Amino acid sequence: MKVLVPVKRVIDYNVKVRVKADGSGVDLANVKMSMNPFDEIAVEEAIRLKEAGKAEEIVAVSIGVKQAQETLRTALAMGADRAILVIAADDVHQDIEPLAVAKILAKVVEEEQPGLVLAGKQAIDNDMNATGQMLSALLGWSQGTFASELDIDGDHAKVTREVDGGLQTIKVKMPAIVTVDLRLNEPRYASLPNIMKAKKKPLDEKTAADYGVDVTPRLEIVKTAEPEARAAGEMVPDVDTLVAKLKEKGVV
Amino acid sequence: MIPTSASAAHDDLREALRALCAEFPADYHRIHARNETYPVEFIDALTRDGWLAAMIPEEFGGAGLGLTEASIVMEEINRGGGNAGHCHGQMYNMGTLLRHGSDAQKAQYLPGIASGELRLQSMAVTEPTTGTDTTKIKTSAVKQGDRYLVNGQKVWISRLEHSDLMILLARTTPLDQVKRKSLGMSIFLVDLKQAIGKGMDIRPIRNMVGHATHEVFFDNLEIPAESLIGEEGMGFRYILDGLNAERTLIAAECIGDGYWFVEKAAAYAGERVVFGRAIGQNQGVQFPIAKSYVNIEAANLMRFEACRRFDAHEDCGAQANMAKMLAADASWEAANACLQSHGGFGFAEEYDVERKFRETRLYQVAPISTNLILSYVAEHVLGMPRSF
Repeated sequence: MKVLVPVKRVIDYNVKVRVKADGSGVDLANVKMSMNPFDEIAVEEAIRLKEAGKAEEIVAVSIGVKQAQETLRTALAMGADRAILVIAADDVHQDIEPLAVAKILAKVVEEEQPGLVLAGKQAIDNDMNATGQMLSALLGWSQGTFASELDIDGDHAKVTREVDGGLQTIKVKMPAIVTVDLRLNEPRYASLPNIMKAKKKPLDEKTAADYGVDVTPRLEIVKTAEPEARAAGEMVPDVDTLVAKLKEKGVV
Repeated sequence: MIPTSASAAHDDLREALRALCAEFPADYHRIHARNETYPVEFIDALTRDGWLAAMIPEEFGGAGLGLTEASIVMEEINRGGGNAGHCHGQMYNMGTLLRHGSDAQKAQYLPGIASGELRLQSMAVTEPTTGTDTTKIKTSAVKQGDRYLVNGQKVWISRLEHSDLMILLARTTPLDQVKRKSLGMSIFLVDLKQAIGKGMDIRPIRNMVGHATHEVFFDNLEIPAESLIGEEGMGFRYILDGLNAERTLIAAECIGDGYWFVEKAAAYAGERVVFGRAIGQNQGVQFPIAKSYVNIEAANLMRFEACRRFDAHEDCGAQANMAKMLAADASWEAANACLQSHGGFGFAEEYDVERKFRETRLYQVAPISTNLILSYVAEHVLGMPRSF
C-alpha cells in the first residue's frame, strides 16, 4: 500500500504571532516556519505503518510556496520516501484555501493511487479543519477524522476518533482518508544519516496549473485581530475567599 | 530563541539536534555534573542518531561532513544546556585518523566508531613537565621488532574510562638526535582495552568541572607496530591538524555556552521584578548582557572562517587560535553577565548558571591558554620575536 501524506508549511508553533498593521493577516516575513504539527503526526503514523509492514511507500505532498520544499525535506528526513511540491503561490502571505488544496490533492491521488491518505486534522495557522473532509467528498472515499488510534486490517481500517465528550470507534472501508489528532503518536525527530539521505530523495516540482486547479481565493479576509489581552488576576488569601468569589461571579 | 549570525544552511541539522537535546533537560545534566558521572544515555543518543559520526566518510557509515557541521553539533549540545566536553574528543581525533590513517586503519576502526561500538574519545599529548612546549615531551616509543615499547607519563588525558581508543603522541627519536625539534615524534592509535593494566595505568583527577580526566603512566607498554599512524617521526605535523580542529570545536562550544548564558540572562532579567519593575529594564543590567552577545556574534564569524579553512584543507592555525580566544572570552563575559543578573539565585544549583559558569571557565585555560594564543599570533602572524 502507498500512503500519501499532505504536509503544510505553517508559522512555527513557538513563534509569537504578530498581526500585520493593516489587519489583512499575520506577518510572516522573516518568521520561523515549520511543518504543521498535526502533519508531523501523520508522517510519523505513515512511517509506523511502513515499519509494521502495512505500507510500502510514503509520498509526502505540499501545496503552497516554493519554500515548502524545506517542509518536504523534513518529511523525507523523518522517513517519507519521496515528495511532491505543488507550487500554488509566490507570496508567502497567500494561503491556499482548503477547497483548492483538496482539488489538487484529488488530482495527486488520481495520479499516485495511494491506498490511504493520512493528513493532519487541521493546520495550526488558520485552523480550518476542512481539507481532509473535502478531499473525501471529492474522491467519494470513506473518512475517519480526528484519529487517536488507527488500525489497518486488509481492506478496512478501525479508527478511534476524538469527539466531543469521548472516543468513537468506527470501521471504514479502504481506500480512506484519515485525519489525525494530537494523541495518535509522538513524532520522531530526524537522525543525521536520515537528514543526509533526505537530501538525495526525489522531490518532484509541479504547479497548481499542471493539475488545472484555480487557486484564486474565494474567501475574503475582512479583519485579523490579536486576541484581547487577558485581564490581570487577583490573589486571594485562602480557599474560602476563592469559593466566595467564584459564587459571587456565578461560576459555581 | 535569540537570533544569531549563523547561516540558515544548517537549520535542518540544528532542528534535529535541538529535538534530541530537549529530551535531556537541565536536571539530567545537573545530576550528572553533581555526581561527576558520565552522561552515558545522552552520548548514546547522539551516537545512535549519527551525530558523533558526522565527519566519518559515508563509505564507512558516517555522514561525510566537515568540521563546520561537527562544530554545529558541539555548539548545539552546549546551547541546549549540556557539556560537549564529554564527547568532543571523538570529533577532533577523527581528523587525525581520517587525514593521516592508512586505508587499513580506516577500514578497521571507522565503521565501529560510526556505529558506536567503538569510541575514540581520548588524545594523549600533554605531560606533567611539558605543557604547550610539545616538542619537549619525554614519553618515548621505541621500536622492537613488530612492537613499540612505550615509557613515560601523560596528564589531563580525558574520557579514558569512556573510550576504546586513544591517540598517543610519543618521541620515536630522542630530541638530541633530530635535525628539527618538531621531528622524531610519532602518533599511535592505542587500543585501551589491550593497554590499561598491561603497562598503562590511569588515575582519575577530581576537578572543578566534573570533567572525566586522568593522569597516565606508561611502564613498558607494548603496542603493535601497526598502531603507528602515518610515517614515523612526522607525528607532530599530524597532531597539529587535530589541535586546530580541537580549538575550533571548543570555540563552537563556547559560542553555544555564550548563547545559553545570554538567553538565560535576558529571560531572567525580563521576569525578575525588583522595586516594582523588571530588572531587565535597567541599562546597567542590559548592557553587560548585550555586550557579551555582540562579542559572541563576532567570535562566531571567526569560528566559521576557521571551519571553512579547515574543511578546504587550507592553513587554519591562526583562525582556529583566534576563534578559540574570542569565543572563550565572549562566553566567559556572558557567564559573568548571566551570574550577575541572577544575583544570589545564580549560585543556586537549580538555575544551572553556576554549573555552566564553571564549565565555560575551563576554556580560558584549555586546550590552550589565552596567553599562548596571543604569543602565537605575535610570533607566527605578526612576525615578532619569539618570546619563549
